[in-house]
Amino acid sequence: MAYFLFFLLSVVCVAAVLGMIISKNQAYSALFVILAFTCTGGFFALLDAPFIAVIQIIIYAGAIMVLFIFVIMMVDVHKGIAPEKKKWTPVFASGIAVVLLIELIIALKMAFNPLNTSSSQTIGNPSDLGHLLFTKYLYPFEITSILIITALVGAIILVKKKEKE
Amino acid sequence: MIPLSYFIILSLVLFVLGIIAFFIRKDLITQFLSVEIMLNAANLAFITFSKSASALDGQIIVFFVITVAAAEVAIGLAIILLIYRQKKSIKTEDIKSMKG
Amino acid sequence: MTEIFWLIPFVPAISTLILAIFGSKLSRKYISFQACFAVFISFAISIISLVGLMQMPQGSSPLVKNLFSWIQSGSFKADLSFQFDPLTAVMCFVVTGVGLLIHIYSIGYMAEDKSYARFFTLMNLFTFSMLILVMASNLVLMFVGWEGVGFCSYMLIGFWYEKHAAANAGKKAFIVNRIGDAGFLLGIFFILIHVGSGEFSVINEAIAGGSITQGIATLIALLLFVGATGKSAQIPLYVWLPDAMEGPTPVSALIHAATMVTAGVYMVARMNALYTFSGTGANVVAIIGAVTAIYAATMALVQNDIKRVLAYSTISQIGYMFIGCGVGAYAAGIFHLYTHAFFKSLLFLAAGSVMHALSGELDMRKMGGLRKYLPITYPVFLIGAIAIAGVPFLSGFFSKDAILTSAYAQGQYGIWLLGILGAILTAFYMFRLIFLTFHGKERLEPEAKAHLHESPKAMTIPLVILAFFSVVAGYIGMPVVLGKNVNWFNNFLAPVIQGGHGHEAHLSIGTEWLLILISVAVALTGIYLAYVFYLKKPEIPKKLVSRFPFLYKLLYNKYYVDEIYNATFVNSTIKGSKFVYKNFDLKIIDGAVNGSASATSFFGMILSRLHTGLIKDYALVFLLGAIILIGYLIF
Repeated sequence: MAYFLFFLLSVVCVAAVLGMIISKNQAYSALFVILAFTCTGGFFALLDAPFIAVIQIIIYAGAIMVLFIFVIMMVDVHKGIAPEKKKWTPVFASGIAVVLLIELIIALKMAFNPLNTSSSQTIGNPSDLGHLLFTKYLYPFEITSILIITALVGAIILVKKKEKE
Repeated sequence: MIPLSYFIILSLVLFVLGIIAFFIRKDLITQFLSVEIMLNAANLAFITFSKSASALDGQIIVFFVITVAAAEVAIGLAIILLIYRQKKSIKTEDIKSMKG
Repeated sequence: MTEIFWLIPFVPAISTLILAIFGSKLSRKYISFQACFAVFISFAISIISLVGLMQMPQGSSPLVKNLFSWIQSGSFKADLSFQFDPLTAVMCFVVTGVGLLIHIYSIGYMAEDKSYARFFTLMNLFTFSMLILVMASNLVLMFVGWEGVGFCSYMLIGFWYEKHAAANAGKKAFIVNRIGDAGFLLGIFFILIHVGSGEFSVINEAIAGGSITQGIATLIALLLFVGATGKSAQIPLYVWLPDAMEGPTPVSALIHAATMVTAGVYMVARMNALYTFSGTGANVVAIIGAVTAIYAATMALVQNDIKRVLAYSTISQIGYMFIGCGVGAYAAGIFHLYTHAFFKSLLFLAAGSVMHALSGELDMRKMGGLRKYLPITYPVFLIGAIAIAGVPFLSGFFSKDAILTSAYAQGQYGIWLLGILGAILTAFYMFRLIFLTFHGKERLEPEAKAHLHESPKAMTIPLVILAFFSVVAGYIGMPVVLGKNVNWFNNFLAPVIQGGHGHEAHLSIGTEWLLILISVAVALTGIYLAYVFYLKKPEIPKKLVSRFPFLYKLLYNKYYVDEIYNATFVNSTIKGSKFVYKNFDLKIIDGAVNGSASATSFFGMILSRLHTGLIKDYALVFLLGAIILIGYLIF
């Protein structure tokens, strides 16, 4: 069952990313990405991280992507002249990216002992997570709140139209 | 149980797909989306290693990454909007004020 | 209580910081109060430490306070550490005590100056540097103080920098001191090479243990003495001191009479083991001292500027101190330093008071008969003059006599003779000064006479206190003939002076009495001659001038040394510098700089093509870098 779910989700996920790459319309791209993120949430659930899975779906697939959709609505993508030159850059880059993939897989094989697959104990208990978050990681947690406030204020100030004009 | 290395390989594939998407697409928004995909791939690796080590800390890191990503997206999109207002375009080829 | 001695330098330091930062915002009253109070605290701690030191049992190890390790580089190590032994105690007493009185005096003297805060900042900074100099327990830290006082001296000589002469005098002092400091620095380097440490205790042990040869010791001693000639204005580097009189008078009194210029003597006394061991080094010190003593005295004979006479007198008296150190009577040298600090600063301050009264007049030919107008300045000046002339029962007599007796006892008859000759001259020019200034006909400018007034209390009270010390300061070091163990000063310094001590005892009582009588006679002769020349028969000097015009001109123009230095060293340096500037600076250095700039912009133009401004290209390079890095880590 778990195997089936994993393979189903992987196929959907990779297909969604490919769809995002191919689709001409930004809105479709964004929807594909939502699909991919939802699949990632499924992987998190498979990996004993229910809390993170929920967060992933709510914040990433929900909040963040809604922001993207809004911005896509506000921006006319087809405006502007895009001189079609340097066709080789994406091809070359993709080649290099594949090389990177191979390198990383080799690195994985070399660097790690076979991953500990037999670990069957459940670790992702949300209450444990919360406990850890408010004890060991209290300060980073608090600092994150400041960060978010700052980002919020910053975003508003950046986008606000100047009164004069 | 699914071998954890499958997850890692999936995470690598997603990461590289993100890179490829970044180079193929030509507008800032989709490139930004690809960056988010890469971020997610990294998150997946974190969760996998957290599971492998039976330590919750990896999940905490992912939690923080998600929060920081939220902040980053807010600022990033604001900047994209600003660029759009100034240049009337979000095509990366149109943005080359850093040309030496 | 002696343990707090290391605080002594830091009180003026803190005060300096406050004054330097907030000086322009503070009121004059507060500035002067704080500056004086800081020195007073230092003085109080010095006294407490001195008392504590005297109560310590004989033979206890010197007090050393190691604050922290300052420089550590390989085997070389220098600490920020202070020590407090009898020699330091005497110097601290002189620096803070005389310094305090001069600070108080400055309140009155500088009252109308517009750069009040700057003046007191520098005075406090000077006190701090001088205390570092005398309290440092190693040569490296001592050099810090040595340079610090040099810097303050430069700043204070040029205090009235709008005046061209003052600015130039400051530069001259600075440059001449640099020459001496180069020698001093080389001496320190040699010590560091051969001893491995700048700590005085280690150096003394190394000398006692025979780990350096006599030749090396002589080399080091001479190099260090080059520094001392610069700082203490001895031949051949004395030329800056007379010009330094362009600075405010309290500065002349504090820096160029009482404390800084005696730093060289202190240094030689501090390194006494080295000089005694070297032998030749000590002889050179004595000879230079004796020659300077008489040479500077001859120049003082004909000067008309009241402060310049005192300046040459200072050079001459420091020469006496070096005679003392050179013949192995370090205690006597330091004793003369200590008494000289009182009577010379008294003389300078009294001269400042005269200037103050006459609205800045310095020329003695435009004075005369001032004695009735200046009822406090005149007697204190007289006391100072008697003290320096060596009339019995005042401080100068005891210290000068101790030096000359030691020179005689060491068999250095030539030096003794020069010293005696110098003593006649000293008495003569000091009383020439007195008679020209305070006695005889009034030759005042009418304008100056209108403003004639005695100085304010802030100035006269320090004068009276200094006059008191000029009289009694000598009684702690009376000659041995007056009874055994009356020379408390020698005994006090005995732990610091290694070897070369106790030579005085070799003379028979009769010889010693004879020597004392000779010096008394000499002093009185000098005074009498001055009396005859300048009061009784004022035509004699004129006759002498017309009889020996060459000699007079030679003396009046200070042996043309300034001119000779200008023609040889200064001009050739300037010419050489111009040559280097035109050919090396303009062509090679500027060429290299401009060339590298244009080369950079050329390559920049080529490389700027890589900057397409496109995000993708940058990301591509980034990706390539990542691949190469990971590839390197894998394979």
